[in-house]
Amino acid sequence: MSVEYENYLRMNKFPHYWCPGCGNGVVLKAFIQAVDELGWKNNDIGMVTGIGCSSRASGYVDFNTMHTIHGRALAVATGIKMSNPSKHVVVFAGDGDASAIGGNHLIHACRRNIDITLIIINNWIYGMTGGQYSPTTPTGTIATTMPYGNADPDFDLASLTIGAGATFVARSSVADPIILKNYIKKALTHKGFSVIDAFSNCHIQWGRKNKFGDPVKLVEHIKSVTVSAAKAKKMSPEELKNLFVTGVLYEDKDKKEYTESYFDMVKRAQSQTKGGR
Amino acid sequence: MKRAVVANGNEMVVEGAIDAGCRFFAGYPITPSSEVAEGMARKLPKLGGVFLQMEDEIASIACAIGGSLGGEKTMTASSGPGISLKQEGVGLACIAEIPLVIINAMRGGPSTGLPTRIAQSDIMQARWGTHGDHPAVALCPGSVAECYTETIRAFNIAEELRTPVYVLSDAFLAHLSTKVELPGKEELKIANRLRPTVKPEEYYPYDTRFGDIPPLADYFSGYRFHVTGLNHDKTGFPNIDPVLQESEEERLINKVLKRQEAISTYENYKLEDAQIVVVAYGSNASGAKEAVDAARESGIKVGLFRPITVWPFPSIPFQEVAASAKQIIVTEVNLGQIVYEIERIMLGGRAVTEIRNGNLIFDTRHPRSSAELSTVLQANGTPIRPNQILSQIKEVA
Repeated sequence: MSVEYENYLRMNKFPHYWCPGCGNGVVLKAFIQAVDELGWKNNDIGMVTGIGCSSRASGYVDFNTMHTIHGRALAVATGIKMSNPSKHVVVFAGDGDASAIGGNHLIHACRRNIDITLIIINNWIYGMTGGQYSPTTPTGTIATTMPYGNADPDFDLASLTIGAGATFVARSSVADPIILKNYIKKALTHKGFSVIDAFSNCHIQWGRKNKFGDPVKLVEHIKSVTVSAAKAKKMSPEELKNLFVTGVLYEDKDKKEYTESYFDMVKRAQSQTKGGR
Repeated sequence: MKRAVVANGNEMVVEGAIDAGCRFFAGYPITPSSEVAEGMARKLPKLGGVFLQMEDEIASIACAIGGSLGGEKTMTASSGPGISLKQEGVGLACIAEIPLVIINAMRGGPSTGLPTRIAQSDIMQARWGTHGDHPAVALCPGSVAECYTETIRAFNIAEELRTPVYVLSDAFLAHLSTKVELPGKEELKIANRLRPTVKPEEYYPYDTRFGDIPPLADYFSGYRFHVTGLNHDKTGFPNIDPVLQESEEERLINKVLKRQEAISTYENYKLEDAQIVVVAYGSNASGAKEAVDAARESGIKVGLFRPITVWPFPSIPFQEVAASAKQIIVTEVNLGQIVYEIERIMLGGRAVTEIRNGNLIFDTRHPRSSAELSTVLQANGTPIRPNQILSQIKEVA
C-alpha cells in the first residue's frame, strides 16, 4: 500500500531546506511510513526538535510541532509528554544536538524511561554551522575545527543510551531505509524511552573534506562501517573493531515507563489523607 | 473571607501558584528557593498535577515551556546562578509567546556568591538577562503576604500577555516565617490565556486579527501548529522579512508597554507633603518604611515610593513623586541597579509607552526632577538596617 505523504506533510513548506542528496529526507520518509503503518492520527502526534539541519524536520510535518533551542528538545518534549501522557511524542535530533549540548537531557530521558521516541540523525558532523566536528565524528577524520584530523575519541550513542537506561535502542542507516522504517515503527510502539541511531550522510560538510563528497559514495562508506547484528555474532572482537553494529541492539519490556510511574505516585499521594512527608 | 497563616515567602509562593491554577512545575534544587520546589512536590501530586525535578536548570525551564504548550499553567523556580542558566529558555518563551512564571529568590553573587544571604542582585538580569530585544515583566513582593498575591498576579499577567513573568523575592523573604493575612479565595482574580475559537484550519498561533496578543491553542487540542525560537510570521514559521520582523519585534515589546499602567503597580507611603523620597522595593522596603516612620517622628517630611512591579518600572507615578521632591534616596541590596533607572527618569528620561517604526514613543506628561539623588546601597549579604536609611534621610534633610 502506498503512503499518501501529503497527509503528513505541510506541502506548502516545500521544497525543503536540506542539500540535494541529504540523508535527512530518507529518515523523515521512513518515519512517516512508520506512522502511516501504525495509523496514528496527526492530531495525536507531537514532534519536538532542537537546532541543526535535522531539527528542521518539525517544520515539514503536519503534527503538533516545536522547533526549540539547541540541545533542549528532549527537555521540552518531557514537558509536553507529562502534560499529555496519552499522546505520542517524538524528537528528531542531530548527533551534536542530542549528544553534546543536549547530552545531559539525553542521559536523563533514558534514565526516566519516559515514553518518547528519539530519532538521532547521526551524520557525524555539525552540518548547519559549516562542518565542525561533533562527538560522533570518526577519530582521525577532517572537520573545520579539526583540520589536522580529529583527535577526539568518537561516541557510540547506542552504548551510551543503553547504559543510561533507554529500553529500546536500534541502529540502522539511510542505506537500509526499509529496515530503518521497521525499527522506527518498533520504537514508536515501544512503551518507554526508545532511541533510533540513524546513520546518515552529510556528504557536503563531512564528506567533501574526507573524500566522500559524492552522496552515493558516502552511503556506500556507511555500509562499509556498519554490520548487522546477525553477522556480527559470527565475528571476532578483532574483526568488529571500527565497525558499528546495526539492528535492535537492546529491548527491555519490563522496566516501568515514567508517566506510569509518575501517575502511580499521584494515586499514592491522593490516597494518603495526610500530607507528604 | 481573609485567612491568617504562619508561613515563609517560599511557602507563600507555592500557595499563590496553586491558587492561581498552576498544575505543572519543573525545577532544580538551589538555595534559597528550594522550598518552592519542595512545596510543589508535596502539593501537585495530590491535585493530580505534574512535579518534575529535572536534571538541570536549563531542562527545568525547557520542560516548563513544554508543559505550558501542553495546556498547563507552569512555573519554575531558582536563584541567581540558576536564573543565569535559564536565560536562553527565557528568550524562547518571550519570542514564542509562551506563558510561564519564573520565581527567583535572589541571593548574593556573582557566581556562587553568598547563597544563603540576601541580595537584590538580579533586577537587571530580570530585565536584560536573555539576549536580543524582548519584553520583561518582573514583580517584586515586599512582604511574605505579597509573595502570595504577586505570584497569583504573575500567573495572570503571564496568561493574559503570553509572556514569561518573573517574581523576584529574595533570601530574606524566602526564609522569613511570619504571620500573614491572605485575601479570601473568593476575592482572588484568576486569569486564563485566550484560547482560539476559530476553526482549526483558520488558526494561526501569531495571528493578530483578534488583538495584539493572539489566542494560544493547547497542543493536541485539534489545532495543529508550529512553534519556533526563530523569528516567524503569523503562522509560526521562520520568516526574515525586515518589514514584518520590525513590526513583530515591536509587538512583542509593545504588548507589555501598552499595558504598563495596569501592570506597573507601586505603593506611595507618606508621600503627600514629602520633600525627601526614599525609593525601596522588596524586603528592603520594610526597613525603609521603619526609617521613614522614625524620621517623621522627628518632623522630617519624608515618604517612601515602593515599586511593586520593577519591570516595566512605574515611571509615570515615580515622575509625579519626583517632580516635587528635593531629595531622592535610592536604597537597594546591591551596588546599584534600579538607581540607574531612577537617575534616567530624574534626568528627564520618560516612560516609553510604545515602540513605533523604530522610534521610542515617550510619555511627555511630566517634567524632569531637580531633586538631588543619593543612595544607600549594600551587597555584603546582610539586610540594610533602618538606621542606615534613617541616617541618610537626616543627612539630606
